[in-house]
Amino acid sequence: MQPTITTTTTQCYHCGEDCITETICLNDKNFCCQGCKMVYQLLNRQGMCAYYNLNEKPGINQRVTVRKDKFAFLDDADIVQKLVHFQNELQTHVIFYLPQMHCSSCLWLLEHLHQLESGIISSKVNFARKEVTVIFNHQQVTLRRVAELLTAIGYEPYISLQDMQGKKPGVNKSMIYQLGVAGFCFANIMLMSFPEYLGLETAEKNLQGVFRTLNFILSLPVLLYSAQPFYTAACKGLQHRFLNIDAPIALAIVMTFVRSAYEVISGTGAGYFDSMTGIVFFMLVGRLLQDKTYLQLSFERDYTAYFPVAVTVLKDNKETPTALPDIKHGDTLLIHNEELIPADGIITKGKAFIDYSFVTGESLPVRKEMGEIVYAGGKQTAGTVELLVIKEVAQSYLTRLWSCNEFKKEDKPDSDSFVHALSRYFTYIVFLLAIIGAAYWWFADPSKSWHVVTTVLIVACPCALLLSNTFTNGNILRILGRKHLYLRNATTIETIAGVNHIVFDKTGTLTSTSQQDVEYNGVTLTALQLKQLAAVAQQSNHPLSKALVRFIGKSKLTVTNFKEWHGQGLTGWVNNDKLLLGNALFAGVPHTGATCVHVVINNEYKGFFAVTNHYRQYLPALLKQLSITYPLSVISGDNETEAARLRNLTGNKAILMFHQSPEDKLQYIQQLQQHGRRVMMIGDGLNDAGALKQSDAGIALTEHTNNFTPSSDGIVDADSLQHLPRFIKLCRINKQIVLASFIVSIIYNIIGLYFALQGVLSPLVAAVLMPTSSLTILLLTFGSSNLAARWLKL
Amino acid sequence: MSVIVLLLIASISVAALFLAAFIWSVKKGQFDDEYAPPLRMLFDDKPADDTNTSL
Repeated sequence: MQPTITTTTTQCYHCGEDCITETICLNDKNFCCQGCKMVYQLLNRQGMCAYYNLNEKPGINQRVTVRKDKFAFLDDADIVQKLVHFQNELQTHVIFYLPQMHCSSCLWLLEHLHQLESGIISSKVNFARKEVTVIFNHQQVTLRRVAELLTAIGYEPYISLQDMQGKKPGVNKSMIYQLGVAGFCFANIMLMSFPEYLGLETAEKNLQGVFRTLNFILSLPVLLYSAQPFYTAACKGLQHRFLNIDAPIALAIVMTFVRSAYEVISGTGAGYFDSMTGIVFFMLVGRLLQDKTYLQLSFERDYTAYFPVAVTVLKDNKETPTALPDIKHGDTLLIHNEELIPADGIITKGKAFIDYSFVTGESLPVRKEMGEIVYAGGKQTAGTVELLVIKEVAQSYLTRLWSCNEFKKEDKPDSDSFVHALSRYFTYIVFLLAIIGAAYWWFADPSKSWHVVTTVLIVACPCALLLSNTFTNGNILRILGRKHLYLRNATTIETIAGVNHIVFDKTGTLTSTSQQDVEYNGVTLTALQLKQLAAVAQQSNHPLSKALVRFIGKSKLTVTNFKEWHGQGLTGWVNNDKLLLGNALFAGVPHTGATCVHVVINNEYKGFFAVTNHYRQYLPALLKQLSITYPLSVISGDNETEAARLRNLTGNKAILMFHQSPEDKLQYIQQLQQHGRRVMMIGDGLNDAGALKQSDAGIALTEHTNNFTPSSDGIVDADSLQHLPRFIKLCRINKQIVLASFIVSIIYNIIGLYFALQGVLSPLVAAVLMPTSSLTILLLTFGSSNLAARWLKL
Repeated sequence: MSVIVLLLIASISVAALFLAAFIWSVKKGQFDDEYAPPLRMLFDDKPADDTNTSL
């Protein structure tokens, strides 16, 4: 297959990207790289081209090749043992997380793995979790081979240290069962209560007993099983000497049941079983809506999800893949290009060029020479280095930081939610009314006073408040999720509404990691020379080269004798011109301080491209809008070369801080909180993890939701950060909606109380009031939160 | 009127069957992934071909 050069842009048949450097043709189809072509050939050979028919260009770009021995650690029996889910003599079941999965073609291909490899028995995709369960015969094929096959077709499994620890949080389904049971009982009780409402003829009075007994039996599962979440929440609150909203609800449920059971057994009435089961059902629906979780996201990630499972250890000149926890002080590690440094160590061989942006916030890779100490968490970006471990993984700078006490904060209790305070007042008033009612009837008609007390307590259940709260929260979470702000839970909505100071991280949050601003200084270059430079830069994956290509534009010229000098620069020949791109030292000019790419053409120095951080496009507008209402701070782990530009963006009042270590950031947030500030922190990297956790509302920003994000209260897509002021507004409206619907529900309660205090609350009145009030609240909360979202254009 | 009692038993047991079916389907994970199953049934399986199984 000869690489041919074409003049028009063609798109790769496999991945759909532009063919830049070369276009490879096969069967009248164009490919951008050998990798894409190989995947096509593999699928074509197996008659699996349906992959390409389901979606246009479904593939994943193969230009960056995966190291050959990357999955060598999967030959280690101990590691395999910990990764597989089930194993017998014939079969092994393993679940892989494949972040690249994105369309129905992926689904089709991943479920037809058995056609590619006969040792694979079957494979099943869970698209929501982006996981594939592979069942294979381990006598015919190894786990390593399966992982390599997946990698070969473009779906490299993401295996992290977390997988080794085997803690996969399962989804708690018990509330769904409870809801199902409540719905079943509620509907049947409703059905059997109708004859009672409509009135039975005297001849059919014997049936009344049957209906009532059945209602009594059907309400038992609701009381004993479905209503459990309310009892446990109430008990938990009382243990902490705190009267939450669940306590009066649990009381009302039990009270209604006791009262109804008494009526049925004594034959005095039909009871309120329908109201009781109905309210439990609706409240469970609300809770479930509010607890909707985002399966593909994780808010609880720690360093184990970021670290690899195994690294290569050099022992007696032999490379052995070793599980990360087994690495000891004094081991020599071999770190390949693009690999993570898992433990603190000293470089013993090679030159390191380490990207710490995720750990410390420094935006450009740091150069480390032999003998220097490197900290765990950075990513090697230039060639292979050898590393002598001086601290074990669990003792490393980064992991220690993670296990320090400030980082281990317990879940913020939701006890400060205004809903609980509201329900408390509500409960006190109701108790007062019950006592007054009982006292009155004690004198007027003593036989009625027990009747009145119980009905008052039934009617006065703050379930309407709970309903309005859960339904509004659930709907707002859904609206925010649609705009790519994913909150960990409903209490975060209220926290965000109460925020009065916003802190931003700089690198990766205010600036974009995938874009840089480039400016050229020096002798004017001709269009041809620019094209030539782009052609050379295209050959490299270094962030600066990529930035340069984006600045100049893609070029179709062919480069010969290309060489990448790791950590220094690039050289290559285009049309008999010798081109050199690189740092000051490499180009032979004095160092300038700022980040530059120097240009030398045919041994003649031309000038340099200054590369600076690219602030997100919407940032000026966003910061301007926010600074009207909120004090802003920017804390950065980077140096202050950008101070002037940042000041320009944030305005005069904002606090700018540079050279901040992860601990500094955390302490800064603590200081703000001690001054009574409620802080929202927006950050992206591990260096912000402590600050995110310490802040009242920590929002992790990510370019892609598949990426690793530190544990936080919410995850926001980088493009959606521009909506932040409106997000906050919506969270504030949330409280108003809950209050408004609460007032409406109080009107219903007053109607109910009017009947109850007179001692004439019939089951029919209760049965009409309960669903109408629930439905009104449902409509009101959904309607007004959707209206608010539309008004805010969210 | 005992026929009503019979009907009641019949209706409740039918409803109970549906409840059981619901709980079973949740337990089996039928609601875990809403994307894959509707597509999965659209994929045509190619007739068994010997060349496909060797690699």
